[in-house]
Amino acid sequence: MRQKDTYFHKIDWVAIGLYFALVFVGWINIYAAVYDEQNATSIFDYSINSGKQLIWIGTAVLLITLIMVADYRLFQNLSLILYIIFVIILFLTPFIGKEINGQRAWFELGIFRLQPAEFTKFATALALAKLMENPTFDLAKFGHQLKALGIIGLPVALIMLQPDTGTAMVYSSFFIMLYREGMPQKYYLFALSLIGLSILTLLITNNWYLYGGLGAIVLLLILASKKTWKNFAGIFLLGILMFAYTYSLDYVVEKLPSHQQNRIMVLFDPDVDPLGVGWNVTQSKIAIGSGGLFGKGYLEGTQTKFDFVPEQHTDFIFCTLGEEFGWIGSLIMISLFVIFLLRLVFLAERQKTRFSRIYGYCVIGLLFFHFSINIAMTIGLFPVVGIPLPFFSYGGSSLWSFTILLFIFIKLDSHRIQILGRSY
Amino acid sequence: MYTGRSLVVAVSIGMIALVLLGKLFLIQVTDDSYLRKAERNAIQRVVDHPYRGLVYDRNNSLMVFNDPVFDLMVIPKEFELEDTTRFCDLFGIEKQVLIDGFNAAKNYSWVKPSPLIKQISKEEFGRVQDFLIDYRGLFVMTRSVRAYPQSAASNALGYIGEINASQLNRDSTQYYVQGDYVGLSGIESYYEPELRGRKGVKYKLVNVRGIEKGAFKNGDLDTLSLPGENLQATIDLDLQVYGEKLMEGKRGSVVAIEPKTGEILTMISAPVYDPNILTGAKFGENYQSLNLDPEKPLFNRPIMAMYPPGSIFKIVQSLIGMQEGILTPNTTYPCNRALVNCHNHPSPVNLFGAIRNSCNPYYHQAFRQVINQEVSSNTYEDTQIGLDNWRESVMKFGLGSQLGIDMHGEKGGSIPSSELYDRIYGKGRWKYSTIYSLSIGQGEMLVTPLQMANLAAIFANKGYFYTPHLIRAINGDPNRIPEKFKTKRDTGIDTEHFDLIQNAMAAALSGTAARAIMKDITIAGKTGTAQNPAGEDHSVFIAFAPKEDPKIAIAVYVENAGWGGRAAASTASLLIEKYLTGEINRPELEEYVLQGEFIY
Repeated sequence: MRQKDTYFHKIDWVAIGLYFALVFVGWINIYAAVYDEQNATSIFDYSINSGKQLIWIGTAVLLITLIMVADYRLFQNLSLILYIIFVIILFLTPFIGKEINGQRAWFELGIFRLQPAEFTKFATALALAKLMENPTFDLAKFGHQLKALGIIGLPVALIMLQPDTGTAMVYSSFFIMLYREGMPQKYYLFALSLIGLSILTLLITNNWYLYGGLGAIVLLLILASKKTWKNFAGIFLLGILMFAYTYSLDYVVEKLPSHQQNRIMVLFDPDVDPLGVGWNVTQSKIAIGSGGLFGKGYLEGTQTKFDFVPEQHTDFIFCTLGEEFGWIGSLIMISLFVIFLLRLVFLAERQKTRFSRIYGYCVIGLLFFHFSINIAMTIGLFPVVGIPLPFFSYGGSSLWSFTILLFIFIKLDSHRIQILGRSY
Repeated sequence: MYTGRSLVVAVSIGMIALVLLGKLFLIQVTDDSYLRKAERNAIQRVVDHPYRGLVYDRNNSLMVFNDPVFDLMVIPKEFELEDTTRFCDLFGIEKQVLIDGFNAAKNYSWVKPSPLIKQISKEEFGRVQDFLIDYRGLFVMTRSVRAYPQSAASNALGYIGEINASQLNRDSTQYYVQGDYVGLSGIESYYEPELRGRKGVKYKLVNVRGIEKGAFKNGDLDTLSLPGENLQATIDLDLQVYGEKLMEGKRGSVVAIEPKTGEILTMISAPVYDPNILTGAKFGENYQSLNLDPEKPLFNRPIMAMYPPGSIFKIVQSLIGMQEGILTPNTTYPCNRALVNCHNHPSPVNLFGAIRNSCNPYYHQAFRQVINQEVSSNTYEDTQIGLDNWRESVMKFGLGSQLGIDMHGEKGGSIPSSELYDRIYGKGRWKYSTIYSLSIGQGEMLVTPLQMANLAAIFANKGYFYTPHLIRAINGDPNRIPEKFKTKRDTGIDTEHFDLIQNAMAAALSGTAARAIMKDITIAGKTGTAQNPAGEDHSVFIAFAPKEDPKIAIAVYVENAGWGGRAAASTASLLIEKYLTGEINRPELEEYVLQGEFIY
């Protein structure tokens, strides 16, 4: 009895509490998204998505229980096997999956439809943790970097075959973990400047301004640097590279299939394709923007109720919250998420083993990526990619995979003292 | 705990969250355009157009009603068409019309309905109704257009059409919007505020497919439409229809007035057109062809055409002369054709004889006495004073200015003043010999057929009249007609002077318009000829009957029909018979009028 008591005390109830708070808020928002005033049904009605989500939540609780009573060593031991199994499933998906919206990303099991790519996320996280837990593993070494990137790259390549760009992009979130584990900083600086340069290239339509700006940067660098020929040559090379990059980016964007091109251009001008890709973003922004400071009230959002935003109960669930609870509601919800993520950072940092910490940072990265990209896309800050809002979006695959992902970490955390005993 | 790289991760999370919240603040709190766009998405403002008021005639026969027509609406998102040719054949439209209409609808909204084919008639709708279910994204909206069961009184009733830009600008109450229908002429225009009713507005919530999802704010902002008020016209529809039949093939005017009230019984502008052609989908096309017609059917002759009054004006001269004390029943003048031409009749004549024989020299001499009363020793000045006094008396007969009928566009005619002659000849350079043509209703003088009919009413009433008008009750209430139509207007001529006039008018008929005489009913009338420098003179006739208790006063103009009696008097006589007895017992006279070809 005393034993059990201490175990319960070691579980992080703060994270669990935040998890259930988010799931609950998500659930009532799903009800709002499918609510039909003239044909109102109870939130528990199994014929509508809020009722179905309740089933998913219930089964998620079952999953949680299973994870919590399982042996904590299981995940460590099974990590590679799970990874291999899911990679094989992913490989098979394009052949035996069910085609929905031009993607073969779903498995149909009786009445359930599952998306293997969702579950590959935690399997990849486990595999990464397993690979990197060895104290001799050093991310400063190029060969080790390649190994880690290989584990990430394999499922990405397979997902691109489905093709599901959004889900594939999610795997870039592992770079947050890699950063924490010592991946050289220069990669990140390089990536960030590349992103910045890309945004500027697409934002500034008159290329002469852009080239002028690049020239100015080169000039400033020359003035600021030590005046050696080597530096001059380096800066000059950098200038050439930036010029070549912006030039080729423009070229590539022009060569992209028009629907992808539109998804990018819509960010800068929603009127590029108002009835196509722009429709989602425009309607999503209208729904959220019309919420005002305090929102229109629960079940009172006209854009939500009358289906102006497509996919509202899944990827665009944030519109419901934005419209019906306003900026204050968004503030509370985003704050909850930030507190939750910071709590997870806290938990990850207190791990005594590299395995748990690496896994923890994978969880943080995945949740953070989904959360920020999903919201950013609903308010037109990021292209529309089909990724769910963790714990909010309707759907069993998404809820289950995030639940498993999170609770494996909470399970590991609760055993952090024991794990210490058998760590390397 | 948060140190080194973990701190960077934590700070990045916080910063991204701040960026999201900042952007959210921008679109949710500082920018209200999204709120407006959301309302435009989900709140549909539906205007409820009221039924326009109906118009009945004085015997409560329906003159104007509302006929349903159908607009075929399209929702571009749902519309699919496999066989364009079949569709076009079915609805009887050109392929290009369909393409243009669909593109216009698409440009307006992808998901909201717009009209594809406007104003499909009842008959056509019946034909295509069953095929409509074969096409997705199409539905029908009912509207109404004006319809006229008797196809009569087009110029009096007027027509309605889409409001134009200048009318929109003048609408200070902001009631109208582009595309609204308003009365553009006739009664439709003058009584627009009564006929139109009041538009209602409903705010509906619609979903993304435009499907109604209930009332906005429980309908608190909605307003009900008020139907337009019904009017009762003074027109006698049977008489109007009969008059229009008589005027077929002629150009001219008929105005008949009930003398005791000023109510217009019939108002015809010939050639007439069928008011039903200026409704519905063909309005534009038909309006264009009417507008280009050389016979000018849209020109509302009774109130807009102006002619010199001719001989009929001699009655006014006689009355003014008697009132001034210059003429008495016994005043005689010789028929001196050296002064002005005349026709063969006994000479000299007294006043009665002068009216009966329409003696020109008599009035030349009598009018000189009226003008030159020798109040000034200067002939020129004396003439000027005399003319202005005379003009004042003439104006009291409703001449020289608008009578004020309930129609827009009424002309006032003109009675010359001394200023006019000063302008033409110079001050002090004209005298009676310059202006003597006025004595016989010619010269610088113009009257409208309406004013002429009103003269007949004045003679019938022995000295007063009510402003002629077309509406006798609004929503069944006679008191609601404008005050001016209930106010008696006096000519300033004493009643006793009219007995002689009436007798002479009755007697005149046997001389100049024998065809017009009726067996049982005494008609008092006077023929006239409006000189037409451009061609054959216009035939004019005014009359009232029965002489003992006048029920109808009438003026008939037939353009280019030559000297008085022939066309105009016969038409007037038939109309009097029709109105007083309800039937026609003189088929040969009717035949004569109908057969006459008076348009040259």
